[in-house]
Amino acid sequence: MDADRAPLSGRGFRAVSYGVPLAFLGLFFVYPLAAILERGLRSGGGLASPVDVLTDPLTREVVWFTVWQAVASTALTLAVALPAAYVLGRYAFPGRGLVRALVVVPFVLPTVVVALAFLAILPDGIERGWASILVAHAFFNVAVVVRVVGTFWAGLDPRVSEAAATLGAGPWRRLREVTLPLLAPSLAAAAAVVFLFSFTSFGIVLILGGPGYATIEAEIYNQAVRIFDLRAAAVLSLVQLACVAVTVWVTLRVEARLSVAGHLRSEAEVLRRPGTARERAVVVASLGGLALFLGLPLAVLVERSLAVGDGYSLEAYRALGRPTSALLATPWEAVLNSVIYAAAAAAIAVVVGGLAAFAVAAPRGSRLLDGLLMLPLGASAVMLGFGFVIAFDEPPLDFRASRWIVPVVQALVALPFVVRIVAPTLRAIDERQREAAALLGASPGRVLREIDLPIVGRALAVGAGFAFAISLGEFGATVFLARPDNPTLPVAIFRFLGRPGELNAGQAYALAVVLMAVTALSVFLVERVRGPRRGWI
Amino acid sequence: MLRVEDVTVAFAGKPALDGVSLEVADGEVVTILGPSGSGKTTLLRVIAGLQRPSSGRVVLDGVDLAPVPPHRRGIGLVFQDHALFHHRDVWGNVAFGLRMQGAAAPEIEQRVERLLALVGLAGYERRSVATLSGGEQQRVALARALAPEPRVLLLDEPLGSLDRRLRDRLLDELEGIFDALSVTAVYVTHDQAEAFALGDRVAVMRDGRIVQTGTADELWAAPVDEDVARFLGLANVDDGRVVRPEAVLLRRAAEDRAGDGVVESTSRHGPTVHVVVRLHGGGRIVSAVTSLDHPRPGDEVDVEIDPAGMSTFADNASS
Repeated sequence: MDADRAPLSGRGFRAVSYGVPLAFLGLFFVYPLAAILERGLRSGGGLASPVDVLTDPLTREVVWFTVWQAVASTALTLAVALPAAYVLGRYAFPGRGLVRALVVVPFVLPTVVVALAFLAILPDGIERGWASILVAHAFFNVAVVVRVVGTFWAGLDPRVSEAAATLGAGPWRRLREVTLPLLAPSLAAAAAVVFLFSFTSFGIVLILGGPGYATIEAEIYNQAVRIFDLRAAAVLSLVQLACVAVTVWVTLRVEARLSVAGHLRSEAEVLRRPGTARERAVVVASLGGLALFLGLPLAVLVERSLAVGDGYSLEAYRALGRPTSALLATPWEAVLNSVIYAAAAAAIAVVVGGLAAFAVAAPRGSRLLDGLLMLPLGASAVMLGFGFVIAFDEPPLDFRASRWIVPVVQALVALPFVVRIVAPTLRAIDERQREAAALLGASPGRVLREIDLPIVGRALAVGAGFAFAISLGEFGATVFLARPDNPTLPVAIFRFLGRPGELNAGQAYALAVVLMAVTALSVFLVERVRGPRRGWI
Repeated sequence: MLRVEDVTVAFAGKPALDGVSLEVADGEVVTILGPSGSGKTTLLRVIAGLQRPSSGRVVLDGVDLAPVPPHRRGIGLVFQDHALFHHRDVWGNVAFGLRMQGAAAPEIEQRVERLLALVGLAGYERRSVATLSGGEQQRVALARALAPEPRVLLLDEPLGSLDRRLRDRLLDELEGIFDALSVTAVYVTHDQAEAFALGDRVAVMRDGRIVQTGTADELWAAPVDEDVARFLGLANVDDGRVVRPEAVLLRRAAEDRAGDGVVESTSRHGPTVHVVVRLHGGGRIVSAVTSLDHPRPGDEVDVEIDPAGMSTFADNASS
């Protein structure tokens, strides 16, 4: 039907919406990736086999740990989050919107903050190691499962299950034979996202892992920064990329197989108030347990930032204004840096991501660009940071010391999220709206201004907010690129952790609290503008 | 004068429109009547410029529209399910086309107010379109399309999603509005009652072709073939011959005597009752009766046919 559809968008705008994102990704994603490839497969003058790195027992150990901890983290996250997803997917109750909003806070919290929260709450002796990594991953990813599965659950027609009941199926049979199969695509999608995030986890593993527990991501950092074996880091990056590609491919296959065509209902038709005392107990217990799991670590983090000796004081916060041996700047300057960098990154991400969303969502949108845009998500932040370091180290592309390189890499990390937020809104615009506008005399440019932009404006604002929050907490890439005299908040926290002494630890906790507060505030503002919800982010 | 000349459109090799020609005089309302999938909507999209024809042209007042993009054609379209701008209120929707023309603010105010009054929505200016009922949305869509005074107004099953009673009322209103503004319009529908009520002329469409054009009376009196006759609701079609039900006269047979046939069933359609008679000589015939004292199922009846109500397709084809 589209073949001879008269185009309603201007040719110039279409060229820009393809050109800008492609140029941005070409220079800042493909080129650094090529640099990693070159570094990994060449040494001296000629080709060098990476087999030595691949067969190193250390590499095998790292890959094995990365895989099993990701599987275990996913299972734990599902176990923790599903009761809440059920409650949000089936019941209407006062404060339901607030719960949906609050549950996202841990997800957008910087990994460094989450790591510190678990350092603070877990008793000495077990605060580092695989167990704390798994729990921190679950804490971090609960939002993914609750939002993805909960939203999907709320769209399932309850009459299907009622039909099964009239055919003689009891509650467990209905769960097993009706609800779960219908939920499967959302379960698979959520599990895949959690697996990917756990697989590429960096900040949490670096801080909570201690010696002997490194994911591929953390090991890339170790090799590049601590051992300074750039070739090994490059080869590990390629291993990481391959693993992620396989995971994504398997996920897409599984999702395609599981997807059941069905009519999704609107939440208003599905949700009902918990009627019986038992139902109310289920709601309270599920949400209360989740609140405890998510709230307690953050509360203890705040408590620790105030603890001095046996009492409490604001000493750690007061010290943030003073120069410190841990940094070449005062901690407050790091706060300011972070906010400026994050604002710049959000601006870049919204312009590039917004244009890309138009290109992707166009009626004959680019699948290639769509795929390319998602890659930075899988390529992982550490890889991007490392790629920047080895790619932009000589003229004419010697940007390593430039201040603007930090917001650029942060924008790259945030880009897939912006596209994922904006593109569905654009796709949801009925093409006939544009046709109606054209028939009422609107030129292509006018259609864009009168129809597309007003509708998508809110999504762009939400995208900007998320890009800002993500950039604020971005650690994996920034740690490679932030200059010692211009640290960001997460980098400053990490530096404090590397120093002994109670005041350094206290300042790390205090900075983490500040970072949490700024992030929470930006997310809160996003939730205020976003209105009706699409998708889960 | 709008002229569609020999327009063909093919989707993936399958023709959606196959050599369609149509003329609409200034101030004339032509309805396109056809089942779904017959190409009606595609024809409207071609006229509006939203769909490029594979061949043929659309000419408006002597000018070939091929190089003219949709936003400069001055052709309005009322979409099937309205396609209202949900990010604007009622006023914003109706004012849109006037703003595109660069009309002055006072003129826009005045015109929007007049149009909303015309469609019976005075005072609705600041209402969000999402809060309107189906019928109200339809009126907004109509006002929006009429506001910039299009040279031709296209309507794509505008009443399709409304219930029967609302449809009948809006149909009356549409007729009044078309008359009052002497609109030149092409109105697409699959409902023959709508087509007959609104159209100065009716074009019957099937499989991407226009198979017959004429006034309602002309079509009723002499459908071009069996399919058209059946589509118009003429039941008594066989052997290249059609007998209009109102020309079938029934008389109860005298007591204890078999008539020409026996009444099988009756059903009321508004003022008339359709009486289905199984003929003893084989076959069935439907009679439209207006009397309340009509024959009941099981009654023996004699059947008489008014020759004026009979026509043969061969005649029509040659005429």
